[in-house]
Amino acid sequence: MGPNVNAPSSGMKTSRNPSSSLGTKGMVPKAVFKKVCSYAALLLISAFMMAPFVWMVLVSLHKPQSPIPTLSHLVPPRPHLSNYPKVLLNPNLPVSRFFFNSVFVSAAVVFGQLFVSSLAAYALSRHRFKGRSTVFFLFIVTMMFGSTVTQIPVYLMLQNLHWLNTYFALIVPGLSSAFTIFLLRQAFLSIPFELDEAAKLDGAGEMKIFWQVVIPLSRAALATAATFTFIGSWTDFFGPLLYTNSTRMRTLEVGLSIYHSAYGGNNWPLEMAASVIVMMPLLLVFLFGQKFFTKGISLGAIK
Amino acid sequence: MAQTQIKQARAAWGFLSLSLLHLAAFAIYPILFSFFISLYHWNILDDHRRFVGFANYLFSLKEPTFLNALWNSCLFTALSVPLGLAAGLLAAILVAQPLRGITVFRAIFYIPAISSGVATSIMWIYIYLPTNGLINTVLGWLHINNATDFLHDARFAMLSLVFMSIVTGLGPRMVLYLSGIMAIPPSLYEAASIDGATGWTSFKKITLPMLTPTTLFVVVTSTIGAMQLFTPVYMMTQGGPEGKTDVIGYHIYTDAWQNFATGLASAKSFILLAAILLISLVQFKMVKSGLEGYGA
Repeated sequence: MGPNVNAPSSGMKTSRNPSSSLGTKGMVPKAVFKKVCSYAALLLISAFMMAPFVWMVLVSLHKPQSPIPTLSHLVPPRPHLSNYPKVLLNPNLPVSRFFFNSVFVSAAVVFGQLFVSSLAAYALSRHRFKGRSTVFFLFIVTMMFGSTVTQIPVYLMLQNLHWLNTYFALIVPGLSSAFTIFLLRQAFLSIPFELDEAAKLDGAGEMKIFWQVVIPLSRAALATAATFTFIGSWTDFFGPLLYTNSTRMRTLEVGLSIYHSAYGGNNWPLEMAASVIVMMPLLLVFLFGQKFFTKGISLGAIK
Repeated sequence: MAQTQIKQARAAWGFLSLSLLHLAAFAIYPILFSFFISLYHWNILDDHRRFVGFANYLFSLKEPTFLNALWNSCLFTALSVPLGLAAGLLAAILVAQPLRGITVFRAIFYIPAISSGVATSIMWIYIYLPTNGLINTVLGWLHINNATDFLHDARFAMLSLVFMSIVTGLGPRMVLYLSGIMAIPPSLYEAASIDGATGWTSFKKITLPMLTPTTLFVVVTSTIGAMQLFTPVYMMTQGGPEGKTDVIGYHIYTDAWQNFATGLASAKSFILLAAILLISLVQFKMVKSGLEGYGA
């Protein structure tokens, strides 16, 4: 059993490894040993990382209200797919409404935040003006202040605006993000300034350079930012928890916590089905955005 | 020339206006207003407020439950940050190898980090269940006395949260370290191997010092996150058992929205902020001197 047997061969490029196609025969024993150990560790950790999700899906297919299965009975004899419609159409909790709220809010936040933040990133990467470093510093510093400090004033402000329990309360606080500005600024800086100059000579104005030069050349960074923003908005718990209290305005994330306290560990199959419903869109976005995603998170580290 | 500069500045502020407005409304104003609130004895429900100066701060620093929460948060941070960092670095070294299918493993390692906090908490409640929970099942295989109720046992509740945070936070830390490792020029290792330094020596003399900026970034951001832990505590332990997992993020939340001690909660959030700033400063100093220790 060579290590290559275990490796997924889904067309992944291993450009940094010229010897991999030669197999393990010609290698010195020490290198083979290291490779086997590495794969063993990789598989072990992967199993550990995936086990909770596999467990979650399998439990979600058990008969409602069945007791907690032992490992040997984890795979249900007959998959109860009906748990999913049961959760979505729950008569006491409008789960499908939660789902709609989450989709609507996340979409609005992604588009709004990308628009607002890319404008700011454009100014911070393309313009020289007095106070630029101060503005940049301000954005970075506010990243350190979490919602712990701002929760009460923001609540009072939304209350005065009569925005509590509205989509405004769920969307407007997320319309700009220092992290997204930072990430996009890094990307914009890597676009050659000569392109701006050439466009200017052709008579293009600022808006035209922004829309037709910088934005089209930053698709990867924008996709990264969109992935991050979507995941952040979809999984935001604190904001919707504080700024909404009517059941119909809850998002899926808060809805799931209500679901959990309503069933209090007495109906694991349905609770797990609800969790899978919350997780699925995240996994899909992650799978599509993965390539950009890992790139984006390392961009954030470059000071 | 001055004309174009003024024009440039005007355009820049135009582009910045929306995000600056947002920054003012959702960061600067709330921070200032929060400080103002912290000087008042105020219950958000009856809207009756009385100026008390720094009394809320003095009261907080003598309140046993708050000090307990402060201690718990520091404990959580002191355990989860270094362990999470080590796990992230080890995972990065593992997936930095040019092995076939490595990108698939990188993606798998990252998945827990993109999960919903509430769904993850529900999953981990299930993992920690005393009967037939995943951990107790594994412990059963090893013939270790099982049926421990991890989340309701005062000895294990905090450690359970730490362990969970290491697993769920592995992905981002790994990716950060991975890009740091990839950025180290291979020539450094080649030069070192000519001098006879391989394995542990080259790791200690080259890899670690070269990764110092990454380490600093990971340490500071992880600390900020760890000190404000909320969702897992809200979902899994509600601060119990015996207040062992009552961390500051959760403590302030209950003060603000269950006890409606609006002014007091604001004062506590500023104490938290001061603590975070202080710890970050110490970390900057420590990482810097650590770097000098390597003779880099």
